Amino acid sequence: MKRIEDLSVKNISWLNSNSYVLELSGTKAIPGILPGNFAEIRVDDHPGVFLRRPFSYLDLDEKTNSISFFVKVVGKGSQKLGTLAKGDVVNVIHPLGNAFSIPENKKVLITGGGSGIAPFIMLGRELKSRGNEITIITGGRSSEDILFSKEFKAYGEVLCTTEDGSLGEKGILTEHSIFTKDNFDFDLIYSCGPEGMMKAVAKIARDKGIPCEASLEHLMACGFGVCLCCIQETTEGNQCVCTEGPVFNTNDLTW
Amino acid sequence: MVDLSIKIHKLELKNPVATASGTFGYGEEFTDFFDPGTLGAIFIKGLTLRNRDGNPYPRMAETASGMLNAVGLQNKGIEHFIENIYPRIKNYNTHIIANVNGSTVEEYIALTEKINELEHIPAIELNISCPNVKEGGMAFGVSCPSAIAVTDAVRKVYDKTLIVKLSPNVTDIAEMALAVEGAGADAISLVNTFLGMAIDAESKKPLLSTITGGLSGPCIKPIALRMVWQVYKVVNIPVFGMGGIMNAADAIEFILAGSSAIQVGTANFIDPQIPLKIIQGIEEYMERQGVKNVADLVGALED
Repeated sequence: MKRIEDLSVKNISWLNSNSYVLELSGTKAIPGILPGNFAEIRVDDHPGVFLRRPFSYLDLDEKTNSISFFVKVVGKGSQKLGTLAKGDVVNVIHPLGNAFSIPENKKVLITGGGSGIAPFIMLGRELKSRGNEITIITGGRSSEDILFSKEFKAYGEVLCTTEDGSLGEKGILTEHSIFTKDNFDFDLIYSCGPEGMMKAVAKIARDKGIPCEASLEHLMACGFGVCLCCIQETTEGNQCVCTEGPVFNTNDLTW
Repeated sequence: MVDLSIKIHKLELKNPVATASGTFGYGEEFTDFFDPGTLGAIFIKGLTLRNRDGNPYPRMAETASGMLNAVGLQNKGIEHFIENIYPRIKNYNTHIIANVNGSTVEEYIALTEKINELEHIPAIELNISCPNVKEGGMAFGVSCPSAIAVTDAVRKVYDKTLIVKLSPNVTDIAEMALAVEGAGADAISLVNTFLGMAIDAESKKPLLSTITGGLSGPCIKPIALRMVWQVYKVVNIPVFGMGGIMNAADAIEFILAGSSAIQVGTANFIDPQIPLKIIQGIEEYMERQGVKNVADLVGALED
């Protein structure tokens, strides 16, 4: 069940020049959160920010009633949240949206571009606990954008691409050599990142007959299926990314 | 104890706080946050005769103190509503009011006739003010003859409470209000959204797929308040005031300007519990001011 609550800032740790982890905690037990779910965070005291901002959960800690979010500064809302101090109160509506499917004992590929890696810390842990064999590939502009490699290495093989070639293979994510290998074979592919990247991953998956789940990020006003602003065209008509997503089987999309 | 109840035509509202169409779904989306039965009324998401996909993405843009939307009346049509949604919401302990839309007068009539058969919907809100559809919608609400024609036609087939929702995109809102009152409206809702637009300077492109959309939120409140006051002074039917109400103080201002009841709209997106807080805030205000009946506050602006 979703709820609205005040949480307090436990920590903000900057990972590079434009992204940080926002950690919030409360006194109540955190709600049941699944990999792929998101939260709508209210940004107070900024005259240019009117609506809440949606963020995927990065991680949670039930012992300390804490949840965390990976935030990339892209505008006024994400910038303002990064200026909060420890103890500041933040109003959150959560958990929202659907979740990634979790198979058992399968071979899976996770593709994360830029801030699209956020939901994969939780997903990877869940996949690992169900005996799946995991390959993770992340892409960014430069080595500074390749984050959480240490966490991902605990789940399986970790690959990366950077556009400037400063880490991993040079190029964009879908140019990685893994996609052209003869033995490229997975039971399921996960994708989250810029839409162009997810579309390219979805195409590879479709061509190879592999199911693919993508987590979409659309502009939304509410986050709980009321404003009807975050729609995605699907084979079943327009659907709300906030309630029928954010995770979609890419074969159901009109990509 | 203060009395928050208010009568709008045949409707007895337990309090003057309703939720605006298109910002509260069908009410059931909010049950995790509070009991929709505590509201004075729920104006459900706009209905049309047939399924409408609405406009392409993007259909929303944040603005200073507000937002633009260009949803375009996305809904699955009246038959889907009657079969799938109405049974789930019909027993809410409040008035469920249907927001009625059409591209032609005939469509408004046909839809009204279907809703008339639903026992638990005691009123309709005739939407002649949607700015986001190519045909009908606001076109009916920006000229007196067409507003009169559609109101009159629907009045002839509907005996329950008929509320007409006006567009603020007119030169003289009082004239529009008088026109629909003369055509048989039992109450007036105002305002719908203001036609606006937003541009991304870097890409030189509009932020909405439809280029223009409807502006809502606190940025429109002073204009909406002025329009409610202008309409209240000339009509003899009650007004549902709305436009950027974010808290109890805003709601009270609308009541003082002449709203018998108010609708909370865009604020529902940001704080889904805000209608509840507004009901409590009005109650506290009345206790503080020594006002026994909320009806005594309607139009109580002192000038």
